Amino acid sequence: MTEISHHSQVWSHRTPRTRLFMWVGWLALVALFVWCWQIMTRDTIWFFVADAPRQAADIAGRMVPPRWSYLGELWLPLWDTINIATLGTIGGVIMAVPVAFLAARNTTPSARFLRPVALFVIVASRSINSLIWALLLVAIIGPGLLAGIVAIALRSIGFVGKLLYEAIEETDQSQIEAIEATGASPAQVLNYGIVPQIMPAFWGITVFRWDINIRESTILGLVGAGGIGLKLQASLNVLAWSQVTVILLLILATVVISEWVSARMRHAII
Amino acid sequence: MLRIEHLSKTYRTGDTALSDVSLEVPKGQILGLIGPSGAGKSTLIRCINRLVEPSAGAVWLGDVNLVTLGKAELRRQRRRIGMIFQEYALVERLTVMENVLSGRLGYVSFWRSFTRRFPPQDIQRAFALLDRVGLLDHADKRADALSGGQRQRVGIARALAQDPELLLVDEPTASLDPKTSRQIMRLLTEICAERGLPAIVNIHDVPLAQQFMQRIVGLRAGRIVFDGPPEALTHEVLTRIYGEEDWNAMKRGDEEQARAEAEARERMEALAQ
Repeated sequence: MTEISHHSQVWSHRTPRTRLFMWVGWLALVALFVWCWQIMTRDTIWFFVADAPRQAADIAGRMVPPRWSYLGELWLPLWDTINIATLGTIGGVIMAVPVAFLAARNTTPSARFLRPVALFVIVASRSINSLIWALLLVAIIGPGLLAGIVAIALRSIGFVGKLLYEAIEETDQSQIEAIEATGASPAQVLNYGIVPQIMPAFWGITVFRWDINIRESTILGLVGAGGIGLKLQASLNVLAWSQVTVILLLILATVVISEWVSARMRHAII
Repeated sequence: MLRIEHLSKTYRTGDTALSDVSLEVPKGQILGLIGPSGAGKSTLIRCINRLVEPSAGAVWLGDVNLVTLGKAELRRQRRRIGMIFQEYALVERLTVMENVLSGRLGYVSFWRSFTRRFPPQDIQRAFALLDRVGLLDHADKRADALSGGQRQRVGIARALAQDPELLLVDEPTASLDPKTSRQIMRLLTEICAERGLPAIVNIHDVPLAQQFMQRIVGLRAGRIVFDGPPEALTHEVLTRIYGEEDWNAMKRGDEEQARAEAEARERMEALAQ
């Protein structure tokens, strides 16, 4: 050391105490992993696991070549699936818009009563998977397209409602004030001050949800709610693996196209 | 024309923005309101059209006391008061024409405004105003496609579309460059002179105020500390208004702004009920 300084010459990123805690923390994590692994594998039959690659290869072998002639039977269920997604999205959005206005702090008529109700609707809708909604609805209104459409719509309320009410809360207050200052009524303030500000968000959210709904509606048929999932289930039941391949490829193509469409539309809006 | 009597505003945080302000503005007078940030300029003009609710006092516009009005009657009276904002406050995604016509909202039914089918005389008036502020060619452009000076011209046209008896102008040039600022101030004063329109202009650029205002009111810490012609604004008077050096003023200004915004938000909630 060449010069005397009253500054400390040693610096370390963590104190010894922190280092000790971190070391103990990592040790505990490893112990937890070992313990969990033992519980997870208690009922595992290792013979089956060892056999897994051969089984996978066997199924893969049955899946190719795909039975392309089966494609002809799939166009109608695919059309149904797209309709479930589209009509479900429209229905969900129509129900979500009023919920969003009730839930947003700056537009709710009653922060104490209606806002919690609206937030509950959003959480309830989001916490139940479309497949579960579809199971319930197939039991209530019977199997078919309608159950699928309603399931998708109910699931969409929460997603669209949540994102939309956040967009409403983020609107620029000064634009709203300016409209108020002209002597406009509350409905006119909504129409001129708030709605123009949330339109890009509204269309973006709707198209995004439609894209998600295309994916979700492909499996709704598994529980009897119509669409291409019905064909998938039928093929799985008879172990027609070459048909399963065709269905999975078709779903893949549909999802890719819907993502492309939604990306293009969002790009056009923003 | 406008008479403010013993107006006070204390925010719920306990901060006093205005205390016992009395002021009279005769027809046709352009009054400049100067003062340091946080002096209550913004609060004062917002108390007039009740974007901020005053705590005490009276605001007489003609023979109507605006402070005691109920919601519906307040909306009717707001039509008589045009307001021009610092950051223009145009609805960015609407066209220039829609923004100007929004000045007529207080006069038309919801359905007419929703379908954008305004009465023909409103549309003629809007075109005439756009012509007056020099933006006739931009009527169908979206507001966010315009420059700052052009946007403020739309803001002026919107306020005039109300056919107001009083203009409230909140820092009209704060976001503009010096040249555009002068053009906007000139346009404003010309229009007020043409129509015999009284205006309260909240402004923090002292030279600009001296150049364009007929009368200056100095506000400091919520009280009027100067009221006179622009020529009387001596160095001594400016020191009385602004203080020698007040480095805390800017911080307080931000706080006042935040409180005004919070209050406006609450009022929105109350209005929606």
